[in-house]
Amino acid sequence: MNQKFGIKQVVAIGIGTALFIVLTNAQVPFLIVPNTALQSRVAVLTFFSAIYGPVVGAAIGLIGHALGDALFYGSIWWSWVFPEAVFAIAVGLFSAKYKVKAGGFGGKEIVLFNVVQIIGNAVAWILCAPILDILIYAEPAGKVFGQGALAFVGNIVVAGVLGTLLLVAYSKVGAKSGSLTKEN
Amino acid sequence: MAGSRLLTYKEKDTWIHRLSGVTKMLFFLLWSITGMLTYDTRVLLVMLVFSFVIFWMSKTEWKQVGTVFKFILFFLCLNLLAVYAFAPHQGTEIYGTMTVLAFSGRYSLTAEQLFYEFNIMLKYLTVTPVVLMFIVTTNPSEFAASLSRLGISYNVGYAIAIALRYVPDVQADFTKIKHAQEARGIEMSSKTSLWDRLKKMSMIIFPLLFSSMDRIDVVSNAMELRGFGKHKKRTWYMGKKLALNDYLTIAFVVVFMVAALTITFSHGSRFYNPFV
Amino acid sequence: MTPIIEFKNYTFKYRSQAEPTLLDINLAIYPGEKVLIVGPSGSGKSTLAHCVNGMVPFSYPGESTGTLTVNGKDPAKTGIFGMSKSVGTVLQDTDGQFIGLTVAEDVAFALENDCVEQKEMFRRVDEVAETVDIKKLLDHAPTELSGGQKQRVSMAGVLVDDVDILLFDEPLANLDPATGKRAIDLIDKIHREEKKTVLIIEHRLEDVLYRDVDRIIVIGEGRVVADQKPDDLLVSDVLIKEGIREPLYVTALKHAGCQIKASDLPQHIETMRLEEHKQKVQEWYSHVTLPEPKHEKEAALEILDLDFSYISGNPVLSNIRFRVNKGEMISIVGKNGAGKSTLSSLICGFIDPDRGKILLNGSDIADRSIKERGEVIGLVMQNPNQMISKPMIFDEVALGLSVRGVPEEEIKERVNETLKICGLYPFRNWPVSALSFGQKKRVTIASILVMNPSVIILDEPTAGQDYRHYTEIMEFLKDINEKFGITIIMITHDMHLMLEYTDRAIVIADGQLIADDTPANVLTNEEIADRAYLKKTSLYDLAVKCGITDASGFADRFIYFERQVRENGRVQTSDV
Repeated sequence: MNQKFGIKQVVAIGIGTALFIVLTNAQVPFLIVPNTALQSRVAVLTFFSAIYGPVVGAAIGLIGHALGDALFYGSIWWSWVFPEAVFAIAVGLFSAKYKVKAGGFGGKEIVLFNVVQIIGNAVAWILCAPILDILIYAEPAGKVFGQGALAFVGNIVVAGVLGTLLLVAYSKVGAKSGSLTKEN
Repeated sequence: MAGSRLLTYKEKDTWIHRLSGVTKMLFFLLWSITGMLTYDTRVLLVMLVFSFVIFWMSKTEWKQVGTVFKFILFFLCLNLLAVYAFAPHQGTEIYGTMTVLAFSGRYSLTAEQLFYEFNIMLKYLTVTPVVLMFIVTTNPSEFAASLSRLGISYNVGYAIAIALRYVPDVQADFTKIKHAQEARGIEMSSKTSLWDRLKKMSMIIFPLLFSSMDRIDVVSNAMELRGFGKHKKRTWYMGKKLALNDYLTIAFVVVFMVAALTITFSHGSRFYNPFV
Repeated sequence: MTPIIEFKNYTFKYRSQAEPTLLDINLAIYPGEKVLIVGPSGSGKSTLAHCVNGMVPFSYPGESTGTLTVNGKDPAKTGIFGMSKSVGTVLQDTDGQFIGLTVAEDVAFALENDCVEQKEMFRRVDEVAETVDIKKLLDHAPTELSGGQKQRVSMAGVLVDDVDILLFDEPLANLDPATGKRAIDLIDKIHREEKKTVLIIEHRLEDVLYRDVDRIIVIGEGRVVADQKPDDLLVSDVLIKEGIREPLYVTALKHAGCQIKASDLPQHIETMRLEEHKQKVQEWYSHVTLPEPKHEKEAALEILDLDFSYISGNPVLSNIRFRVNKGEMISIVGKNGAGKSTLSSLICGFIDPDRGKILLNGSDIADRSIKERGEVIGLVMQNPNQMISKPMIFDEVALGLSVRGVPEEEIKERVNETLKICGLYPFRNWPVSALSFGQKKRVTIASILVMNPSVIILDEPTAGQDYRHYTEIMEFLKDINEKFGITIIMITHDMHLMLEYTDRAIVIADGQLIADDTPANVLTNEEIADRAYLKKTSLYDLAVKCGITDASGFADRFIYFERQVRENGRVQTSDV
């Protein structure tokens, strides 16, 4: 949270959103139910939120989801746009604690990150999205909670597996090469 | 190419194209909020007619939006079926009566359910043409520029501009990376297990994301070297002053929204009930 | 006259590094000068540029001692915004610098940030668009532009601010030769007409010297090694010592045993005085004998009458026909966007041809999937960062085998063997991120090599590399080509590469194959060079000026001689 909002953040939102939009098309469907699939773009959102914090994350979630929906599908499901930001904010709030940039994303941090992402996903998809669906579209509770639960499962898998892997790898980029020795 | 399905702006000369991006965004936002809030069938029908008239006036051709429109219809059908599958008597719950038309038991088909789902369909269809029209008639440059007129920080406007600017580049990178990885044997086939597919997806996302991190550095350096963020304000090359038509359009949509919501909520519920 | 840029006993150390990157720099550049800064990668030449525009210490923090004055200001106090009024920087990455959604917006970017009125912006953008000749492109999106056009837009974007100093960071890195020539021409025009001070950072010395520069500053290991007029520098041995490539004609003259003097004006071959050296060059030419040409072998890859278009009626490639023999090392050249990459996509099976066949070892591969082709035809992308998808080197190289279900034991054996061939074995347990760009490139080549392909296609294998890394990568490729008989196809616009390392060049222009000949023949043929946006080699001019009619034969002999010099261990690069 103590990061100032500078050019880097603006560009991170821009490029992150571009990635999010492009990956809208790269999903692995696992059931033919609208709005549920293993969405690779969730990995991007998770990654950017964990690195750049809640503001950048929320912006990518909002703009990326709204623009992605509009550009690819010609409609915007606002009830699913806002939860995206809720999730990003949850993950982003603890960004300093993951120590990704300092190269310290290890056991303890991985656990923390995953606890946060699961809670964040739960709030976003089991709570926010269905409630908004009911309020806005008056859709049946059974249906939207079912959809929400599926989205929740899909997203914790993507954030947990891809998100963790990406953060571990990126954390290593920051590691010092001084500690490495050549082997014969 | 994967990007070909993307909706894009197309330059044309109609009064809708000439409107400022801000006007169109306000229109689209207020219009969709109205569409979201109301379940009054009469209001929705009026909106539907309006949407299609506006869509027709924007001279948008079928081939610009055809693929996407078909997708939306498909999705809409799927959604309507899902609603029926999960809650076959949601209509009865809302309208308070039960007029069975066919079948019996849990999945008995009622007139109330049909009417309720008809309303859902209307809600989608009143908003969709406006979204499509907004995208194909709004010059993205001018749109980013005009956001600041709504009092939104230029940082946000520029973040959106950067996103739109780099979508084609990222798309090209994505295709390149995907191809190179496929040649190495990483195929995104649907035959393998979920875990396997996730692993393969990571092999495309890794290089894409990490080369994008380099890009963030280059772009922010380039912007800083040319003075981005120097002042509290900035001007826009593509900025457009609001004209009479803009004010008329905004006035229209505000009046319409107020009227629509007044009618909708005048009898205490957002649903129009023909059954009692 | 007071210098516009002055370093006095200037030392700079990045916060993240133990040793200073710039050491005791003393340098004065005067208003209106045009200065070229050369040096190998890691010499500190880019850091020097970053000090001038304020990126050091604001974007790249660190400590400095001594003083630096730019236009009467201290960049470390003035900041990046303050310096941007005096110094305009054109970055190497033209896509990264192109921020606007259209050309006009990008040019106006600096003005927008300065809150200039819209009307005034229109006027100034038009004016500067005229200067760099992009007036017709103002409403184009970046995806519709070529690399050279994007660079012009970048130039316009800094000129619009009316800066005093223009800083070009490797302006030639992403351009084909002819476009590079035009860029140097344009920089020269701006320098003369707008009376700017110009700093060019580049290691492609010969290409920059296409137009006059006042001085060349050589940076080596953080120090100013030379600060001389081009004519003086070219006759010294500083360049060779620092691992910077001299102009080819200078090397050729040296091979012929000529003692070049500054008074011979070696800066440009066109105006160089060669009377004294003619004799020696001719003698050398008649002494060097060429080896017997290699006889035709079996075909590895045959391309038969290939047509391709993305949109029908708009062919990207038409009627392409050529063959590549087993164990050959060839180049595919042509201007950016001529269809070279499309050709490699067709060979790898990413896209399907509209007409024609591709034969691999005599059999049609139309029915083979991308994955199946990938086992025999390896593709190495230009940017290794776009290929590497595993954090650890061993895993990255093993990737192709493990997805094909090769047993663990065999993977280990084959990967280790490949790592040894590529000189990466000592690093096998390192994260990829700890490697240099050149080493990463090796990792990507290793990850292809491990699958035992019979053909490897490389897209711009040496782009952006300095002479030492260039030689390192190319010698390595030559090695695996000779030792394992792997056929190597390189897509490139580096003419040194095609001359020095390939037996044959396939030239593509506007979707047509316009030549299939030895590189020496291609690069001494004006018509072909023009059509394919190549540049005639300076060896051609040297031969003609020395009265040798067979210019291509001369180039052939030069290359052959060079190869022998290199093989005899007298590699003309510094050992760092």
